[in-house]
This record gives sequence, structure tokens and C-alpha cells, in this order.
Amino acid sequence: MNYTFHWLPAFRALPDMLWGALVTLEIAVLSMVLGVFFAVLLAVGASSKYRVFRAAAVSWVELARNTPALFQIYMAYFGLGSLGIHLDSFVALLAGITFNNAGYLAETFRGGLRAVPQTQLRAARSLGMGQIQAFRLVMMPQMFRIVFYPLTNQMVWAILMTSLGVIVGLNDDLTGVTQEYNVRSFRTFEYFALAAVIYYLLAKFVTVSARLMAWRLFRY
Amino acid sequence: MSIEIQDVHKAFGSLEVVKGVTMTVEKGEVVSIIGGSGSGKSTLLMCINGLEPINSGRILVDGTDVHGRGTDLNKLRRKIGIVFQQWNAFPHLTVLENVMLAPRKVLGKSKAEAEAIAVEKLARVGLSEKIAVYPSKLSGGQQQRMAIARALAMSPDYMLFDEVTSALDPQLVGEVLDTMRLLSSEGMTMIVVTHEIAFAREVSNRVAFFHKGRIHEIGPPAQVIGNPREPETIDFLKSVL
Repeated sequence: MNYTFHWLPAFRALPDMLWGALVTLEIAVLSMVLGVFFAVLLAVGASSKYRVFRAAAVSWVELARNTPALFQIYMAYFGLGSLGIHLDSFVALLAGITFNNAGYLAETFRGGLRAVPQTQLRAARSLGMGQIQAFRLVMMPQMFRIVFYPLTNQMVWAILMTSLGVIVGLNDDLTGVTQEYNVRSFRTFEYFALAAVIYYLLAKFVTVSARLMAWRLFRY
Repeated sequence: MSIEIQDVHKAFGSLEVVKGVTMTVEKGEVVSIIGGSGSGKSTLLMCINGLEPINSGRILVDGTDVHGRGTDLNKLRRKIGIVFQQWNAFPHLTVLENVMLAPRKVLGKSKAEAEAIAVEKLARVGLSEKIAVYPSKLSGGQQQRMAIARALAMSPDYMLFDEVTSALDPQLVGEVLDTMRLLSSEGMTMIVVTHEIAFAREVSNRVAFFHKGRIHEIGPPAQVIGNPREPETIDFLKSVL
């Protein structure tokens, strides 16, 4: 092996990469917020009495879970592009990951809802609560605990999926910035090793803070 | 002031479980319903507060048709407390919060008011020391007493008990029955579906024997339990006593 490591240039790139990490986090957080929103709609839609809604929800979930995330992002950028709908890289990546998140989370929510016994709803209704009130005060908090860890996993996954933005030309997230430096100097190993450490720390940060939150939130 | 049940029929699909039941429970009365499993007694209870729809007949609570169009069930249920076989504690709330929830959110009481009510009701069921813990830390009997306090916190006019001791370990049955004795001694109107025959005999003004979706015998406990006339009642009592 006659490769000489040059770490110094990689460390010089560190501030830029950290700014990139912020963009990465931004996309991941947005994709989760939107993902949760759509997942709730999908979970409700999947048990709708209207066939159209059911079919739409089921197709979304099936496609999101059974095709590569990379294809989903590709379709949002180039696929829609060839239909004349041009999204910029950031939006296309966000749309792709949101699509993926929503598909997975819809199943998580559906399972979570089923895991809370119907007798809880009955007990709440028997105390004079309306359907929505009973859901909000009794069913949702219990469901939230059940979906909390799957939600955390999806967040980690969303962070890692943002690296796919590089294929649709995103150049200001962590992978994008790293790649820009890489093509200029070809210190591939050093730059990407450093980026990997940052991804690792981001992911760890999410799981550790989730664990702390769970400890605070779920006292029962 | 009464619960009037008039020729109520109730079926689940093609299976009719309540086949024309008529009875009236006057305010201040304790009526026990006994009978084998599948005789329709629990189902009837669920129909009384509208948790189950009925197929025909009528149930009037203080003159309000429970299953009538335009009946505000949420409002009606405030005066009908129910305690279930599976106590259904809300696991994410402490004992105090379990009892406070409905007074706050349904009756719109302030936090302080709701807390005062909850503390009082929990004291009555003997759970003053447990108000800060979560239900998972309670025994079955304690959870069931909490469920009673939770229903009482709405100041109901009627209390329905659906086999509340059936899922309890034998040594925990007594504490729950004691709580119910206390309520009946205070004049609470109660309909008690139960397998505790001795208890039914002791606290009830009247006992109704259910068999295959119908009332076969109804009357004072001394008559229905002490001196049953119908062969079905005699058989049933033989099998449980």
C-alpha cells in the first residue's frame, strides 16, 4: 500500500462540512414533519370507506416500502422533470424522502393504533367524551409511546437517506459538500471518512436524545 | 327518575343475545342481574348507556330515549357511570389524573376543582395513598376501585357494574365489593351484573335472573335467590352456589 493519508485538507474542509450537516439535518427534520403529516392521512385513508382513498393510500405505502429510496428521489427530480414539472434538487430530495417516510410511518401508525385496546376507547366514551376527545386524550398518547421508537429509527434513516441528494445535484448538504471537495482533490478516503464520522454523530445524537426524551415522557 | 327498559332486542349479526327484555329500575334502587355467561346481561348494560345500539325496543333514562335520534349520548353518559370487567385504567395517566380527566375535559371544571373531586372520590374507595402512582403499579382490585372512583367523579345518578370482580384474584374481590356496599348504603342507584350471588342477595332490592336473553325471574333476593320458582333459576343457582 503506497497511499499516503493527508488528513489536513479534510480538516480544513470541516467548517464547510458542518454547515452541510446543518442542511442535512434541516432536510431530515422537514421530511419527518411532512412524513408524519402524510402518514396520518395514509393511515386514515387506508381504512376509509371510499375505495379511491384506500387504493391511493395502499399504493403509496406499497411503493414507498418496496422500491429503492434512490428511485423515489430520482423520480421526484428527473421523472417529474420529464413530465415538465421541474423541482430543484433540495425540493426533489425532500419530496423523495418524505414519500418514503410517509410510507413507512403509515404502517407504524396503523400498527400503533391497533395496539391500543378498543376497550380504552369504550371507557373514555363511557365517561362522556366525544369520539375526537377520546382519541386525543386517551388513544393518541398511548399510541405515541408505541410509535416513538420506530419514529426515531425513521429519523435516523431520513438523515442517512439525505446523502442520496448527491444524485440529483444537491451540493450543499453534508454529502454534497464532501463530494465537492473530493472532486477537487481526490482525497476520497479522508473526506468521506470524516463525513461518515459526522453522519454517525448525527445519528447517535438522535437516538440518545430520543432515549432521554422517552425517559422524561413515558413515566408509566 | 328511572331507567326504563322496554322490550329491548339486541343482536350481533344473526345472533340475538337480548330477546325482549322489559324492566324498570327506580332511582335509589339496587338491581342485580345474575345468569350464566352468554345470557345477554352484559350486553344489556352496554345498551343502557348507548355503547351498543339496539335492534328494537326502547331504553329511557329519566325519560330520555338513549337510542333516539338527536339524543346527545355524550351528555347522557355523564349521569350514567359504568365500571367494566376489564377495569380499563388509562395507563398513561396517574391514578389522580385518571379520575380528574373527565371532570376537566367533559365537565369543564378547573384543575383545582377536578383535583378536589378526584381526591375525595379516591379517598372514598380507599386509594388516598396511591394518587401519585401509575395504574401499572396497582393490583387488579386497586385498579378496579380506581375505575369506580373515576366513574363517581362525574357525579352520576346511576352506576352500572359489569361483572367488576370476575377478572380479579379471589383475595381481591372483597375490597371491590366493600366499595360497592358503601355506594349502595349511600343510596346510589345501581345495576349490578354479577356472579357474586351472596353479594347480590345482600345489597340488592331486586334480583333479575337472565337466561338466554330473557328475564326468567325478577323480584326481591329472598324470593329469586332464596326461593326460586323457575327450574332454570334453580339449576343456575345450584351450579354457582
